[in-house]
Amino acid sequence: MLTAMLGEAWRAMGANRLRTFLTMLGMVIGVGAVVLMLAIGQGAQYAVAQSINSMGSNLFIVLSGFTNAGGVRSGSGNAPTLTVTDAEAITELDGVETAAPVHQGSAQLVYGSSNWNSYVIGTTPAYLDVRSWALVDGSPFTDSDLRASTRVALIGKTAAQNLFGAENPTGKTLRIGQAPFLILGVLAPKGQSLDGRDQDDVLIVPLTTAQRKLFGTPFQGSVRAIMVKAAAPEVMPAVENSMNALLRQRHRIRPGQDDDFNVRNLTAVADSAAETTRIMSLLLGAIASVSLLVGGIGIMNIMLVSVTERTREIGIRMAIGAREKDILTQFLLEAIVISIAGCLIGLLLGIGGAVLTNLLTGTAVIISGSSVIVAFSVAAGVGIFFGYYPARKAARLDPIEALRYQ
Amino acid sequence: MSAATASADAAAVIEVAGLDKAYDTPMGPFPVLKGVSLAIHAGEFVAIMGPSGSGKSTFMNILGCLDRPSGGDYILDGKHVSALDKDQTALLRNRTIGFVFQGFNLLPRMSLEDNVALPLVYCGVDKEERRQRARELLAKVGLGQYAKSLPNRISGGQQQRVAIARALVNRPRLILADEPTGNLDSHTSEEIMALFEELNREGITIVLVTHEPDIAQHAKRQVRFLDGRIVHDAPTHHDLPAGEVQPC
Ligand SMILES: Nc1ncnc2c1ncn2[C@@H]1O[C@H](COP(=O)(O)OP(=O)(O)OP(=O)(O)O)[C@@H](O)[C@H]1O
Ligand SMILES: [Mg+2]
Repeated sequence: MLTAMLGEAWRAMGANRLRTFLTMLGMVIGVGAVVLMLAIGQGAQYAVAQSINSMGSNLFIVLSGFTNAGGVRSGSGNAPTLTVTDAEAITELDGVETAAPVHQGSAQLVYGSSNWNSYVIGTTPAYLDVRSWALVDGSPFTDSDLRASTRVALIGKTAAQNLFGAENPTGKTLRIGQAPFLILGVLAPKGQSLDGRDQDDVLIVPLTTAQRKLFGTPFQGSVRAIMVKAAAPEVMPAVENSMNALLRQRHRIRPGQDDDFNVRNLTAVADSAAETTRIMSLLLGAIASVSLLVGGIGIMNIMLVSVTERTREIGIRMAIGAREKDILTQFLLEAIVISIAGCLIGLLLGIGGAVLTNLLTGTAVIISGSSVIVAFSVAAGVGIFFGYYPARKAARLDPIEALRYQ
Repeated sequence: MSAATASADAAAVIEVAGLDKAYDTPMGPFPVLKGVSLAIHAGEFVAIMGPSGSGKSTFMNILGCLDRPSGGDYILDGKHVSALDKDQTALLRNRTIGFVFQGFNLLPRMSLEDNVALPLVYCGVDKEERRQRARELLAKVGLGQYAKSLPNRISGGQQQRVAIARALVNRPRLILADEPTGNLDSHTSEEIMALFEELNREGITIVLVTHEPDIAQHAKRQVRFLDGRIVHDAPTHHDLPAGEVQPC
């Protein structure tokens, strides 16, 4: 019986192909949009999660400069207020795992005939721990390099590829200006940071080398920033408070005076970035769902027209013994067949669109089985929901009235 | 089964008593049937006649369980129809009654075979058997070779034969036909009536509405409606040549 009815649904759809196609199109676009938007949304969430992982966990950054109620006020003319000894003092605080002072800038790297402008970070060996950054080759520089301001460096993957191509950079020497730098090791790739920078386009050198031989500094031991890693997420608020207190005391800031530093909880920033992408992907999904809804309303619209057009047919079927539920099933099946067929085509288009988006723009996309299942079952549900009212209308027709309909 | 043995069979297929029907109109209820009582026994062949608007179609629709009376009793095949729910009356329409309409009422997009088989879909007969029974009946009404054609490919008389085949496919006891020859020429009408006579000889009870006395001559009993009441009910006078003086 069900197969006979499916056959009839098929026949009814075939009887008016253009209309069936247009009805389906609503569903196709709806499902396609949902799948595509979910893929893009999940891709974005994945990319953010990746950057957060690469950032390192439980991180603070302490920046030089004044803050007031209006926000950050740290012009480039301002002298750095933080010092290497501040970093050492912070390391001693309860709940702090380690801290690394950072002094950075950009520089033109030269190797043979290759030239590459890269981001140069001057820091201490602790930096790799703070950032949970591993080496894929070679070994890190040490405290003795720091004391002696030796010209050694660790190189990121992007910078290495651009300068050395397929060669192994470890043990090679590159130049910054006229100064030679020996590459001690290669950093593991980290990918994009939250603000979209390529974290692998980097050269890490001892802090003292950066200060004395690369960028200079207004007075010895001053740095622009300190990165701090707390021992656990739970202690972060306490660490933030004790850091503030410690730095105010060390910088002799009287009560009521503004800080000359600025502590930022990077983990909180990361969390809010993750939250933002989550909301963005929800929003994308919600907007796409609206088109699914519109597709569903399209189905309802056409089914209502179809019921009216086929009133006489319904009367004939009732006269030869169709029960209400037979008529209901027939029209419901038609709506479901249309929405499922539209859904399958929509799935293909959505997946195709996602792959194309990835190929054309490089945006991360993720097509998860669950999103496909959700889109599919929602579409089938939409078909049933919006097909039910017209089908019930058909089933409730009075046989005599229906037969009399011209 | 012969006509003689059929009339000896006393079981009433249809029994109506004091049947009323009023349509609701904007000007209040409009009575169409006013206390109709009638019994039709198995094997009978009844022609219902009467002027336009006298309530014949209304009566047939009630007999066919397509419409419900406003008052009175209707017992079909021993069952009080007013006590049945919608599914049960659908079952009666499917199994007990075969309905033939003036306008044939075939489904235009289905092959003749599928049209004939349609009632079987609603009682769960499997595909192979549906096909076989539809073919059998199409052959019986002389249209076996058109099984795969669409209704608009054949003539009106042929379409009515298909409709009769559809009415017969579930082996009903009763055929109700409301002006089955109303859209056909006289020659084709005679062919259709011959088919009804043959079915009646096989034992199927037939009630048909007609305006034409010639057609009514094929029945064994004639009932005449006037203004919602039965005014004449008597066996057909077969000794009179068709087309001469009419009873009543
Ligand atoms: N649904 C309805 N609503 C209101 N009045 C109706 C309805 N159906 C039929 N009637 C009226 O009932 C009366 C009887 O109609 P019916 O169709 O039973 O007549 P009939 O004897 O079959 O006529 P004909 O020979 O023309 O087919 C007519 O006056 C008609 O106008
Ligand atoms: Mg009539």
